[in-house]
Amino acid sequence: MSARNRRLLRRRIIDAAARMLATCAALIGLFWLTWILWTTLSKGLSVMKWGLFTQLTPPPGSDGGLLNAFVGSILMSGLAILIGTPLGIGAGMYLAEYARHSKLGQTIRFVNDILLSAPSIVIGLFVYTITVLRMGHFSGMAGAIALAFIALPVIVRTTDEMLQLVPSTMREAALALGVPQHKVIRQILLRASLSGILTGVLLALARISGETAPLLFTALNNPYWSTNLNQPMANVPVVIFQYAMSPYEYWHALAWAGAFVMTMLVLILGLVSRLILLRHRRQNG
Amino acid sequence: MSNVKSSTIDPLLSLDRVDRRTDKLFRLMVMSCAIFVFVVLLGAVFSMLYGGHEAFSTFGWKFLWSKNWDPVQKQFGALIPIYGTLVTSLIAMILAVPVSFGIAVFLTEIAPLWLRLPIASAIDLLAGIPSIIYGMWGLFVFVPFMALHVDPWLSDHLGVLPVIGALFRGSAIGLGTLTGGIVLGIMVIPFVAAVMREVFSAVPSALKESAYALGSTTWEVVWNVVLPYTRSAVTGGIFLGLGRALGETMAVTFVLGNAHRLSMSLLEPGNSIAATIANEFTEADSSLYLSSLIALGFLLFIVTFVVLAIARLMLRRMARLERTT
Repeated sequence: MSARNRRLLRRRIIDAAARMLATCAALIGLFWLTWILWTTLSKGLSVMKWGLFTQLTPPPGSDGGLLNAFVGSILMSGLAILIGTPLGIGAGMYLAEYARHSKLGQTIRFVNDILLSAPSIVIGLFVYTITVLRMGHFSGMAGAIALAFIALPVIVRTTDEMLQLVPSTMREAALALGVPQHKVIRQILLRASLSGILTGVLLALARISGETAPLLFTALNNPYWSTNLNQPMANVPVVIFQYAMSPYEYWHALAWAGAFVMTMLVLILGLVSRLILLRHRRQNG
Repeated sequence: MSNVKSSTIDPLLSLDRVDRRTDKLFRLMVMSCAIFVFVVLLGAVFSMLYGGHEAFSTFGWKFLWSKNWDPVQKQFGALIPIYGTLVTSLIAMILAVPVSFGIAVFLTEIAPLWLRLPIASAIDLLAGIPSIIYGMWGLFVFVPFMALHVDPWLSDHLGVLPVIGALFRGSAIGLGTLTGGIVLGIMVIPFVAAVMREVFSAVPSALKESAYALGSTTWEVVWNVVLPYTRSAVTGGIFLGLGRALGETMAVTFVLGNAHRLSMSLLEPGNSIAATIANEFTEADSSLYLSSLIALGFLLFIVTFVVLAIARLMLRRMARLERTT
C-alpha cells in the first residue's frame, strides 16, 4: 500500500469514528431526555385522578388534591404576565424602533440578555428584599412580581426581534403618508408582528409556570384555600418541591401528578408558540 | 375644512401638534420601559449587596474562604457552597460540552435532512422543561440507580487508585456531588446543543462546499472549517451553559444531600450556593443567618453575571462577523 493510500485510509477511519461518536452523542442526549420525560409521564399518569383538580392539598396521611396550588399558580402567573407584557412590549418597541443601533439600546439589550439567563433564585432573593422584608410577610403579590421579572426579559427579547423582522419599507411607507411615529408603531408595526410577539408571551408563560426557586422566597406556600394576594399563596412548583422532599408516599404521588400536569402545560405552550412562530414566518415570507 | 376661516388655529396644524406631543410622550413611555429593564438589574445587585451587608461586615473577606457554617454559633463561611457549586458545574460541563457538540454536529452534518427538524425541535422543547422535573427525576430515579449500580463500582475500581482514588471513596448512597453534576449536565445539554446547532448552521455553505470539493471528509470540514468559523460563538454557548449550571437550583437541591462538609469524595453529600439558599432560607432564624444567605446569593449573581457577560460578548462577536461577510 502506498503512503498516499495509507493516509487516505487513516483520514477515512478518523472520519468514521467521528461520525459514530457524534451519532452516539445525539443518542445519549436523547436517551437521558426521554428517560426523564418517560418517568414524568408514567409516574404522573399512574396517579392522575379527578380529585386532583377539586380537592385542596391534604395534611399528611389523608386524601386530597392540588386545587389551591393550581389556583394560586394561575393567579400569580396571570398577574405576572399582566405586569410583564406591557413593560416588555414597551421596552422591545424602544429597542427596535428608537434605539436599534444606539449605545443605550445596545447596553439595554446586553443587560436584558443577561437577565434572560440569570439564575432565577437571584431574582427571588431580589424580590424578597424589596417586598417580603419590607412588608414583613410572604405574599402572593411578591410571587407575582418575581415571576413578572422573569417573564420580562423573554418578552423584551421577542418583541425586539419580531419588530426588527418587519420590513423597513412598511415603516417608510407609513411615515411618508404622514402617519405619526407612535401610530406607525402601535397600529402598523405592532399589528404586523403581533403573532410573533404573542409567541414571546406564551414562552414567558411556559417559563414562569415551572419556576420554583423564586417562589420559595416570595409566595412560599399555603395549605389552605386562599386567593388573597396579600397572604402566602399555594403554588404548584413549591408544593411539588415540599411534597417530593417529604417522607410520605402519598405526598410523593401528588408531587408526581403535579409534575405531570406542569410538564404537559409547558410542552403544550412550547409547541403552540412554535407553531404560531412557524406560521408567522411563513406569512412574512 | 369650513372652520379654517372661523378659528384662528388651523385644525390640521393643531392635530399635528397633538400628534407631536403624543409622539414625544410615547417615546418617553417606551424608553422608561426599556430603562426599567436596566433598573431591575441594578436593583438586584444593590438590594442583595444591602441584604448581605451584615454578613460581609461581620465576617469580612473571611466569608469567602471560611468553611464554617454553623447557625447555632452564628458562624458563616461560604467556602463549602462555593466549592460545591464549582465542582458540580465542572462535572456538568465535562459531560455536557462533548455531548452537545456531538448533537450539533449530528444535526448539521450527519443526520438525514428529514430527521433534523424533528430532533432539533424535540431538543428545543426539552430545554423548556422546568428544572424541578430534573430534580425529581434525579431524586426518585437516578439517585437509586447511582446507589445501586454506579457508586459501588466507582468506589471498588477507582477508589483504590492512588491520587484520584480519593475522589471516589465513600458511602455510595447515591446522593452527592457526582450525581448533582450529572443531573446538572443533562439539564444543560439542550441549551448548549441549541446554541451550537444554530451557529453551525450559520456557517456559509460556500465555505463548507469548497472544503468538500477539495476532498475533505465530514470530520475535516467540521474541525477545519466549521469550528474555526464559529469558535467565539461556540465558546459563548459553553459559557451560557456554564451560567445556567452555576445558578441552577432545583435540579441540584434534590440530589446534593445538603451536607455542610468539605469532602474530597464526589460520592459524599455536598452542597452548592443555590441549594444552600433554597434549603435553609425559610429556616433562617437570625438576621445574620439571613444576611449570610443573601450574601451567598450576591456572590452567585456576581459570578454568573461575569460568565454570562463573557457568553454574550462571544456570541455577539460571531453575529458581527456574520454581518460583515
